[in-house]
Amino acid sequence: MSGVPMEHGLVLAAMLFALGLAGLMFRRNMVFILMSLEIMLNSAGLAFIVGGTAWGQPEGQAMFLLVITLAAAEASVGLALLLQLNNRFKTLDTDAASRMRG
Amino acid sequence: MMELSMSLLLPLTFLLPLAGTLILSLSNGRLGECASATVGVTSMGLAAIVTVLIALQYIAEPQAYGVTLWRWISVEDFQPSIGLALDGLSLTMLGIITGVGFLIHLFAAWYMQGEEGITRFYAYMNLFVFSMVLLVLGDNLLLLFFGWEGVGLCSYLLIGYYYEHSANGWAAFKAFIVTRTGDVFLAIGMFLLFFELGTLDIAEILRRAPEVWAEGDPTVELAALLMLGGAVGKSAQLPLHTWLADAMAGPTPVSALIHAATMVTAGVYLIARMNGIFLLAPDILELTGIIGALTLLMAGFAALAQTDIKRVLAYSTMSQIGYMFLALGAGAFDAAIFHLMTHAFFKALLFLSAGAVIVSCHHEQDMRRLGGLWRQLPLAYAGFIVGGSALAALPLVSAGFYSKDEILWQQLASGHGGLLLAGMVGAFLTSLYTVRLIILTFHGKPKSDNARNAEAGRGLVHGVPLIVLAVLSTFLGAWIDPPLENLLPAPAEGEESWHLVLELVAAGVAIAGIAVAAWLYLRRRGWLAKHTSMGWGAWLWTFWNHAWGIDELYDRVLVKPYRGLVRILRRDVIDGACNLFAKLAWLLHQGLSRTQTGKLRFYATSMVAGATLILLALALMP
Repeated sequence: MSGVPMEHGLVLAAMLFALGLAGLMFRRNMVFILMSLEIMLNSAGLAFIVGGTAWGQPEGQAMFLLVITLAAAEASVGLALLLQLNNRFKTLDTDAASRMRG
Repeated sequence: MMELSMSLLLPLTFLLPLAGTLILSLSNGRLGECASATVGVTSMGLAAIVTVLIALQYIAEPQAYGVTLWRWISVEDFQPSIGLALDGLSLTMLGIITGVGFLIHLFAAWYMQGEEGITRFYAYMNLFVFSMVLLVLGDNLLLLFFGWEGVGLCSYLLIGYYYEHSANGWAAFKAFIVTRTGDVFLAIGMFLLFFELGTLDIAEILRRAPEVWAEGDPTVELAALLMLGGAVGKSAQLPLHTWLADAMAGPTPVSALIHAATMVTAGVYLIARMNGIFLLAPDILELTGIIGALTLLMAGFAALAQTDIKRVLAYSTMSQIGYMFLALGAGAFDAAIFHLMTHAFFKALLFLSAGAVIVSCHHEQDMRRLGGLWRQLPLAYAGFIVGGSALAALPLVSAGFYSKDEILWQQLASGHGGLLLAGMVGAFLTSLYTVRLIILTFHGKPKSDNARNAEAGRGLVHGVPLIVLAVLSTFLGAWIDPPLENLLPAPAEGEESWHLVLELVAAGVAIAGIAVAAWLYLRRRGWLAKHTSMGWGAWLWTFWNHAWGIDELYDRVLVKPYRGLVRILRRDVIDGACNLFAKLAWLLHQGLSRTQTGKLRFYATSMVAGATLILLALALMP
C-alpha cells in the first residue's frame, strides 16, 4: 500500500468527485443523480482513507465508516423519493417535479 | 360628618350619568324606546336630586369642599389627582347642568318618541352630562381638559345623530374641527402654565400666579391669550364661531342642552375660573370684551336674516355669549355667570319650545312655511313669549333683563363706553329678531300644510319642562342668587346714580326694538318683503343670511388652499425618495424570485458555481 503516493490517491478522489458532480449537474434521470451522489460520497471517503493511511492515523477509517452510514441513509431516502416520483409523474425526470419552484 | 357625606355626594353627580351611559351602551340594543328613555331620564333625575342635596349642604355651610378620588399618575413632582372641588361657581354650573339637563332629558322623551336609536341618543346625552360635570368639578386643569374634550366628543356625536344625511355628518365634522382648533390653544396654554408654575391644580395656579408674575407680564398675557383661544372655540365667538349655526343639525334637545345651556358656556366658565390669570393680563381681558362685542353685533345682524327657527336661536346664543364675554372683559365675572344662568333657563326654554313647534308641525322648521300657530300650540307660544321676552330683556318681568342690565352697567362702571354702545345696539337687534321670530312662527296665516295640520304635544313629559323653564325665565329666575360672594374678584364700582339712568335707557332700547319690530312685521310686511328682495336690501339680506360671509371666507382662505396643498403633496419629492427603497426591494425580489426555477440541476450547478467562487476567492486572497 505504501507504494502508492498520497498524491495519486487524492487525484483519483478528485477525479471521482468531478465525475459525480458532472453527473449531478447534467443528468436528468433521478436514478443517475442518486448514483452520482454515491460516487461523490465515496470519493470523499477515499480521500479520508488516503489521508489517514499517509499519516498513519485511524480517524481516516473512522470517518469512512461514517460516510458509508451516511450514504446508506441517503440512498434509502433518495430511493423512497424516486419511487414516489415514479408513482406520481410516471417518469424519473426531475424537471417534471418543478411545479413548486422550490 | 359633613365632609364624609360630601365626599360621597360629589362623585355621585358624575357617576350617575356615567352609570346611565354604561347601562344604555352595554344593553346592546335590547332596551326598548321606553326603557331607554327611563334609564336616561332617571339617571339625570337622581343626579339633580344629588345636586339639590349638595346645594343644601353648601348653603348651610358655605365653604370650598374638595374630594381627591385617586392619583392619576405620579412622576416626581408631577402628581395630578382626580380631584373634585366644589365652590359657589362650580355649584352654580352644577345646578344648571343637572337641573336644566334633567328638564331637557325629560322633554327629549317626548321629542324623540318614534325615532330610531333612542338608546344611542340617551347614552350620548348621559355621557355628555358626565363630561360636563367633570369639567366644572375638576380641581385641576387636566381633569377640566378631560371634561372639555369629552363634551366636544359628545357634541360631535350628537350633531351627527341623524347620520343618514351626509350634511349632518359634515356639520359634526365642522363643529369638531373648529372647536379642536380652540382646544389646541387651551392645551398649549395649560402646558405653558405647568411649565412656568409647575402645577396644574387650579387653586394652586391662582395662588402662585401673582407671586411669579407682575401685572402685564408677557408670559401671563400669552397664557391668558391661549386660554381665551380655547374659550372662543368652545363658546362660538369670533373668529371660531362658524360651527354653532351648523350644529343645529342635531336633535333639538341636543341644541338646547349642549349648544345653548351648558357646553357653549364652558368658555365663560373657564375664564371665570381662571380669573386670577386674566386679571394679571389686562390687555387680554380687554380683548375678551372686544371679541364679545364684535360677536354679539355680528350674530345679532345674522340672526335677523335667518329663515330657520333653530338658526335664529343659534345666532342669538352666540350673541348672548358675546354679552357674557363683554362682562368678563369688564372684570365683572359674577355678572357673566349670572347671565350664563338666566341664559341657560330662557334659551333652553326657547329651544324646547322650538322643538315642540318642530315636532308638532311634522319636522318643519323653516319660518317661511310656518305661521299662525298660536291657537294650535298655546304652550309653545307661551314658551316663546316668556323666553323671547327674557331674550329681549323685557324690563322688570323677565330674568334676562336683570342679568343683561348688570352687564351693561358694568361696562359703564368700568368706563368702556364703546362696548356699552355695542351692547345697546345688540340689545336693540335682539329685540328685533326675537319679535320677528315669534311673529313669523306664530302669527299671520299658516303657510304650509304642515303648519295647518299642527298637532299640539300632550302629556306631562312635554308640559312640565316647558312650564318649569318658563317660570325660571321670568323675574322669579332672577331671584336665584348664584353664591359667588368672595369667590370672584369684585367688579369696578361706578356712580350709583347713573345705574338708574342706564336701566331706563336699556329698558327703552329693548321696548323700542320690540315696538319697531312689531310695527315692521305686523303692519309693514309688504314694504319689508319688497326691500329685502331687490337692490341693497337683497344684498344685505344674503350677506347676513350667510352670517357676514365668514364661512365663505374661511372656505376660500383655509379650506380650498389646504385641499390644493394636499393635492400637490400627494406626489411629493420626499414620498418619491421613500418609495425608492420600496422599489429597490421590489426589483431585488423580482431578480431573486427568477432563480427559483424548481429545476434540480440548476440548483446543483449554482451551488457548484458558488462554491467554486468562494474557493477561488480564498485561494487568490493575499
